[in-house]
Amino acid sequence: MSDPSTPAKLDLSVAELERMARQLRRHVITMIATAGSGHPGGSLSAADIITTLYFKIMRHDPQNPQWPDRDRFILSKGHAAPVLYAALAECGYFPLDELSTLRKLDSRLQGHTDRILTPGVEMSSGSLGQGLSFGIGIALAGKLDARDYQVYVLLGDGECDEGQIWEAAMAAAHYKIDNLTAIVDCNQIQLAGRTCDIMNLEPLADKWRSFNWHVLDINGHDVNQISQAAKKARGIKQRPTVIIAHTIKGKGVSFMENNVDFHGKAPTSEETERALKELE
Amino acid sequence: MTISAEMSTREAYGKTLVELGKEDPNIVVLDADLAPSTMTKFFAQEFPQRFFQCGLAEQNMIGIAAGLAASGKTVFASTFAVFAACRCFDQLRMCLSQTRLNVKIVATHAGITVGEDGSSHQAIEDLALYCSLPGFTIIVPADAIETVGAVRVAAATDGSFYIRLGRLKTPVVYTEGYRFKLGKAVTLKDGKDVTVIANGIMVAKALEAAGKLAPQGIDCRVINMPTIKPLDEKTIIEAASETGAIIVAEEHLLHGGLGSRVAQVVVRERPVPMNFIGLKDTYAKSGKPEQLLQRYGLTAKDIEQSVTAIIAKKSSG
Repeated sequence: MSDPSTPAKLDLSVAELERMARQLRRHVITMIATAGSGHPGGSLSAADIITTLYFKIMRHDPQNPQWPDRDRFILSKGHAAPVLYAALAECGYFPLDELSTLRKLDSRLQGHTDRILTPGVEMSSGSLGQGLSFGIGIALAGKLDARDYQVYVLLGDGECDEGQIWEAAMAAAHYKIDNLTAIVDCNQIQLAGRTCDIMNLEPLADKWRSFNWHVLDINGHDVNQISQAAKKARGIKQRPTVIIAHTIKGKGVSFMENNVDFHGKAPTSEETERALKELE
Repeated sequence: MTISAEMSTREAYGKTLVELGKEDPNIVVLDADLAPSTMTKFFAQEFPQRFFQCGLAEQNMIGIAAGLAASGKTVFASTFAVFAACRCFDQLRMCLSQTRLNVKIVATHAGITVGEDGSSHQAIEDLALYCSLPGFTIIVPADAIETVGAVRVAAATDGSFYIRLGRLKTPVVYTEGYRFKLGKAVTLKDGKDVTVIANGIMVAKALEAAGKLAPQGIDCRVINMPTIKPLDEKTIIEAASETGAIIVAEEHLLHGGLGSRVAQVVVRERPVPMNFIGLKDTYAKSGKPEQLLQRYGLTAKDIEQSVTAIIAKKSSG
């Protein structure tokens, strides 16, 4: 059923991907600083994953966001909306200058993602734990309609505290869904502290394995590893794959890295200047 | 489909789903381990590829339903009303209400007529919860015939729906030629002294009460209000103007359901004396459905008494 006019997917080189990830991080800092609120830490930890998906792995068409055969990206950890908006704008889903409207009244860029308002956003999220279920629904529809798309769901590690994640994990394996790839952005920090202190998730990979998922373990800041894992996941049949991506919260900005304070706090103007300098 | 004089609304739903499944390959059905009770089992048998058993995981079911709808499917998802409202409210809120996705939650075993299973299984707050969700269309059919119409209209209308059904066989109040119209009330009996507005199982009881009151010289109008959202305000305002008193009867808590919604319209547009039949800020107990309806004041007799009282109030006012 693939459309013969399939748009060519974006396919950046490693160096270009790294440059783009840095660009997305700059957008994230500027957007959150301009808005005066937001969640920089989880956007920065996910920047390399989102860059690799949108600029290397996924088939999608910014000129036709509803293209039925597009690969889908579901941001389940909806507080990382800024890095998704940055990627969508860089792809051309909407103008780059719209990024400065984040969180402002009448903006299409809500504090957490909104599928009605923002071109390219697949799911309204913000209340954690729901994206994997939503992704299963899209994956099942793809099977029913014999469409060859892949669904990517980005989860936070703190988000895996939610029981619904494990309801969905059980169901995806039960249905033998292989057109769904979950990626856990394992930055080891959640709102109130380190995940190991708030609610210990380990052994996380064993949990997914015991739910009958295929598990891949990677460095979530290495675009090569992300790209290879995504390709490998697409080749695994009869079961879903989860990529456990080890990341650093606040990655790329020294004073935000591994700093719980920057889970949900905007940088001051002086901090913004320093951060942007580091990301040059 | 043949509808007998008494058929449960859930059975009418299950059989209608099979007909819809034949007519429209785009329809998919989800259930949370209750298919034999919600009657989605008929669809599951007929169309196993389009039926998704979600197990005992209602939150996950709503998320999957939303994902299927986002991919163009017309989705029906069923479980008991108590779980459909209370177990997955955040999922209803973010994945359906805030997105208006094309998912029809059809919940069975609503109200206290669930009976012996007791308060854990008796949904008496489901309408309050669903009514609080912007954009949801909410329907409480009075009988099997109206259920068929409501389910068909839901399938043909884009958006998020909640349809509330019961467990028991319910007397049929309509004839086969009845056509359900979304957002429209139906005046089943005209009258000039007082209006009883009801839905679900209380419609048959309201008609019974009106029949008993007629020989006493009380001319009671009976309105079935199957669609709670959006509400047929015009019919309510007419009833207030023309009969001067309104009683609302529902198998639900007094707050947050039909009574609350009708009262808002009456107070705003045409204030008249009102009375309300429903659960009075309490959970019910285990027992036979008829015993419970009596204990908690949800019989035709209770409606009769309420009418007599409001007529007295009306004439003294």
